[in-house]
Amino acid sequence: MTALRVERLSKSFGGLRVTSNVNLAVEPGERRLIIGPNGAGKTTLFNLITGELKPDGGAIYLLDRDITRVPSRSRPHLGMARTYQIITLFPRDTIVRNVTLALLGLSPLRWSPFVDIDRQHELTERAHAALARIGLSHIAKRPLAQTSYGERRRVEIAMALAQNPKVLLLDEPFAGLSIDERRDIKQLLLEIPREVTIVMIEHNMDVALDFADKITLLHFGEVIVEGTRAEVVDDPRTREVYLGA
Amino acid sequence: MNWRSARTPAIVLALVALATLPIWVGNPYYINVSSQILLFAVFALALNVLVGYGGLVSLGHAGLFAMAGYAAALMLQAGYGHLAAILTGLLVVLASAAVFGLLALRSTGIGFLMITLALGQIVWGIAYRWASLTNGDNGVNVPTRPAPFGLVLSNAPAFYYATLLIFLLCVGTMMLFVRSPFGASLRGTRDQARRMNALGYNVWLIRFVAILFSGLWTGVSGLLFLYYNQFISPQVAALQTSAEALLMVISGGTATLLGPIAGAAIVVIMKNVVSAYIERWNLVLGVIFVAIITFMPEGLVPGIVRFWKLGWRAFRERRAPAALRNVVEPPP
Repeated sequence: MTALRVERLSKSFGGLRVTSNVNLAVEPGERRLIIGPNGAGKTTLFNLITGELKPDGGAIYLLDRDITRVPSRSRPHLGMARTYQIITLFPRDTIVRNVTLALLGLSPLRWSPFVDIDRQHELTERAHAALARIGLSHIAKRPLAQTSYGERRRVEIAMALAQNPKVLLLDEPFAGLSIDERRDIKQLLLEIPREVTIVMIEHNMDVALDFADKITLLHFGEVIVEGTRAEVVDDPRTREVYLGA
Repeated sequence: MNWRSARTPAIVLALVALATLPIWVGNPYYINVSSQILLFAVFALALNVLVGYGGLVSLGHAGLFAMAGYAAALMLQAGYGHLAAILTGLLVVLASAAVFGLLALRSTGIGFLMITLALGQIVWGIAYRWASLTNGDNGVNVPTRPAPFGLVLSNAPAFYYATLLIFLLCVGTMMLFVRSPFGASLRGTRDQARRMNALGYNVWLIRFVAILFSGLWTGVSGLLFLYYNQFISPQVAALQTSAEALLMVISGGTATLLGPIAGAAIVVIMKNVVSAYIERWNLVLGVIFVAIITFMPEGLVPGIVRFWKLGWRAFRERRAPAALRNVVEPPP
């Protein structure tokens, strides 16, 4: 069984082919790093996998179930969670309310119009537990607008983890962080149990390469190289893509 | 006293004032004006569900307001009783809100606004032109008001209390709604629709249900309006009615419970009371709105809260140095 499998996935925007017959097979518990220069189609690939974009061709399997035609809103219910390259949170709410919203997303309670959300103690406790996991419980009630960029990155990850995903897609989780914050986030990601399969896009090779079991190099929407860290780093096509011929 | 500790006494005071209003106002004209404020507050609160909590600005809610009124009026004209008329009015407004939602939710932002505007104008056009059904510009008269449990609502205080009861029910429902998981979900779709989708929410359905909820309370206010005037005409469905309701919400403060009520009070008082003394009352209303938007862009109620907090902080800061002086400088 694979945790996430992509077969001959293709996508074009008009005449521009952004994803071209991409194949990907991620094993359960694996840490897969997707790298590639700007415009390689990494985020587009994530958007196709999560269903935010409809593919022109190909298929996507989550835990061997074909989810190609499953609406994007239903994929979290099947065990897929993601974070965004550009932080996408709820700035008018507190940190704990942000995480509560993530928990509500998978709960039938979200349709309830006449119960007090603050009195749903089980929900609140789970939100606090998710924040404790990433070391933010001490500022749980702080409005998101009063938090640092690094803390928001952590909240993004807390929201994704709160949903107990089987496959977690991280889109540049180290982007815009200081050295200390990068170290903290890296430690946080290393502590995620192997029951969660992680696919990560990242430009920052210093922190990302150590983290990955396997690496996939994308260029102009195509998979150029795939393998272990040593295989990808030693491959001349990697140097060609990053440094030129 | 900070804002939070002032809130409970203020609510109790407001409830007492509302409950005793016919006694201390006395004049039936002003009691009727108060009834109007309450029924338009219900309308504004209903619109606020979409504008404030859903981020969906509608300019067609007068269409829903009128649909409920016309449905009930035509039922009464056809010889049915008040209960049947009211239930039909509510069913019709729910069905109309569903149609509004299905069509308008194809878009958000300015697209949503334009589609709702067009739908509202269609309702106005039907009310105005389909004279064989709606009696056109002459409107439909309703000779009697309902008498629930034998209570006659024909006089101003009785109708005021009936309106107050429905208004309080509406406020209570809105308070629950705002604090509920569904309310939080709706606010989430306003702030980050894409993120909500990625978290497993059906954004379209949440917005659709919100339109039904908003439409239902708009219908309730439309029925109150019908029974208040005992008459309905195409003017009720006109763009001006939608625009006034939107002004009530925006001027009072979107995404607040008190804001739309304050907005409704301003508009109704300007239309009914100030217009008796100032011929160009529209100009005064415009100046008031410009002043609110200039000095309190978040709306009257949140703006007053902000100024209160600023004033309270300044007051405390002025007192603090004096207290410190007493400590550091011992008296001679």
